[in-house]
Amino acid sequence: MSQISITLLRLGFLVLLWALVLAAIGVLRSDLYGTRVITRGRGRNARKPPGTRAEKVAAPSRSATGVRTGAISTLEPTAAHLAVTAGPLKGTTIPLGSAPVLVGRAPTCTLVIEDDYCSSRHCRIYLDGDRWLVEDLGSTNGTFLGNRRVDDPVPLNPGEKIRIGATSLELRN
Amino acid sequence: MATVSELRVHGGRRAELVLLGLAICLAILARALVDYHADYLVLSRLGVFAVGALALAGAAHLVVRIYAPSADPVLLPAVFALNGVGLAILRRIDYAYAARGRETDFGGTQTVWTVVGVALFVAVLLLLRDHRMLRRFTYTAGIVGIIAYMLPVVPGLGVEINGAQIWISLFGRSMQPGEFAKIALVVFFAGYLVSNRDTLALAGPKVLGMRFPRPRDMGPLLVVTLSALVIMVAQTDLGAALLFFGLFVGLLYVATERISWVVLGLGMFAVAVVAASTIFSHVAARYDAWLNALDPEVYSSGRSEQLVRGLFGMASGGLFGTGLGEGRPDLVPFAESDFIIASLGEELGLTGVMAILTLYLIIVQRAMRTAIGVRDGFGKLMASGLGFAIAIQVFIVVGGVTRVIPLTGLTTPFLAYGGSSMIANWIVIALIMRISDQARRPAMETP
Repeated sequence: MSQISITLLRLGFLVLLWALVLAAIGVLRSDLYGTRVITRGRGRNARKPPGTRAEKVAAPSRSATGVRTGAISTLEPTAAHLAVTAGPLKGTTIPLGSAPVLVGRAPTCTLVIEDDYCSSRHCRIYLDGDRWLVEDLGSTNGTFLGNRRVDDPVPLNPGEKIRIGATSLELRN
Repeated sequence: MATVSELRVHGGRRAELVLLGLAICLAILARALVDYHADYLVLSRLGVFAVGALALAGAAHLVVRIYAPSADPVLLPAVFALNGVGLAILRRIDYAYAARGRETDFGGTQTVWTVVGVALFVAVLLLLRDHRMLRRFTYTAGIVGIIAYMLPVVPGLGVEINGAQIWISLFGRSMQPGEFAKIALVVFFAGYLVSNRDTLALAGPKVLGMRFPRPRDMGPLLVVTLSALVIMVAQTDLGAALLFFGLFVGLLYVATERISWVVLGLGMFAVAVVAASTIFSHVAARYDAWLNALDPEVYSSGRSEQLVRGLFGMASGGLFGTGLGEGRPDLVPFAESDFIIASLGEELGLTGVMAILTLYLIIVQRAMRTAIGVRDGFGKLMASGLGFAIAIQVFIVVGGVTRVIPLTGLTTPFLAYGGSSMIANWIVIALIMRISDQARRPAMETP
């Protein structure tokens, strides 16, 4: 082989190496930009009259509306995901299908909460027809919907706050 | 305040396949170049290698497709690319040594270890269906990890190779238990911190805007620091001690979000290092070789010779390198293990080394992204711990070779010659992929 083809192969190897790196980064782009951050600015608050409910909790449920890309078309229209609004897992969202969501300290739960006030199988949030129900599974410290302690299955509407120890959850559409 | 909502991320198996194809092309081209320059290019042998590499990558891809369908798509290609480049450069070093009459077979042996590593990768994905199951072995893993670290000191079992007491001899083969201990310790730290982080995070006095832990909660940190020191002194292995300690402090920070732990950890480590360098002469020699590497006296005494030869090699490589097979990597002692980055720097140049470091960055970033995405605390800590392990290891060894920090012996994941390291790192990747499958899987599929 001539010197020039050797040089070309040598540089070609570096090009190929970078092609792989850049292609990998290209694949990651969707993941890097895979979240949409919506700032709760003044404009948003000014438009909505305050005071219907606690501002802190109500605002995210409004701002998250319409963000879903529609990839999960089988979802029930009532609620799209379960969001953690307070506690150590604050900011976590779980996309909801038709499967029930088990909340507790046991590692096998869908949402694992590390909290001394949380039982290993604490409560269950499941779909009944077209509405979501929350049911306490005999937890020691209770599941609270608003200020009421939940025993038997209670309907859960989007925006209503479930409290388990230091963690708060709510349904969002 | 802002709200963060996730868009749907596709499984990405097709992207993985395309990237894997690229990675395998890279491995084959690297090997072809190396063989050509050694006048040893036999097309049938290259064909066997190509088929083997494709089969290996295909098998790994299929297993991921079936058993971890939502796992991260770029981890596997990045690792295959690193591994392929590593095999080529080892083969290159074999040729260089052969030209000087020293018979070695680093490339061949490492190929076998790669196959074993991929097999274990597959085995982990098949056997471990849910990473949360590992939490049951928290304390077992801790004890196993510490014992594995200490094994090389046991008389009769441990072997001293090249001045470091980090190998044990089993069935006539030497292995480095520390590489596996690292995985066990990540499991232990993750399991321990996920149950105890509240006491470590919340209690304690506030000084200068930082919340410091109570003295009685500092026990574990002290124990870990002391073990790291013992390892450092007994085994002459600074690298492992740094890895061990960095891992713990990093995970402590991730678990508690308290910067004070990092401050305390770094402070304690600084004290330990200063003490060690005044008490033990071999540690002091390392510092001297680092600070005054180019001093003729230090160089001619042999203390910084290896380091400086590595620097010269990288300098002669320049921006684009001499080309695979055209440099003189054999002039640096241990070009195949500790100084593999210097060999790569010489033959691929700054451009190539940057690409390789970016591949590591991608792997670590994926581990961290997995940690953010997964929904249980144990998984979060484990994924970030495994990411830290790779990051710290690469930093220590590349930093040492490029004279950013004092030189310590550690293996460069997937590149350097060594079976234990290869196998252990493939297991690490399998664990990260298992957690990332969990993290990226839509919730409706879990019962």
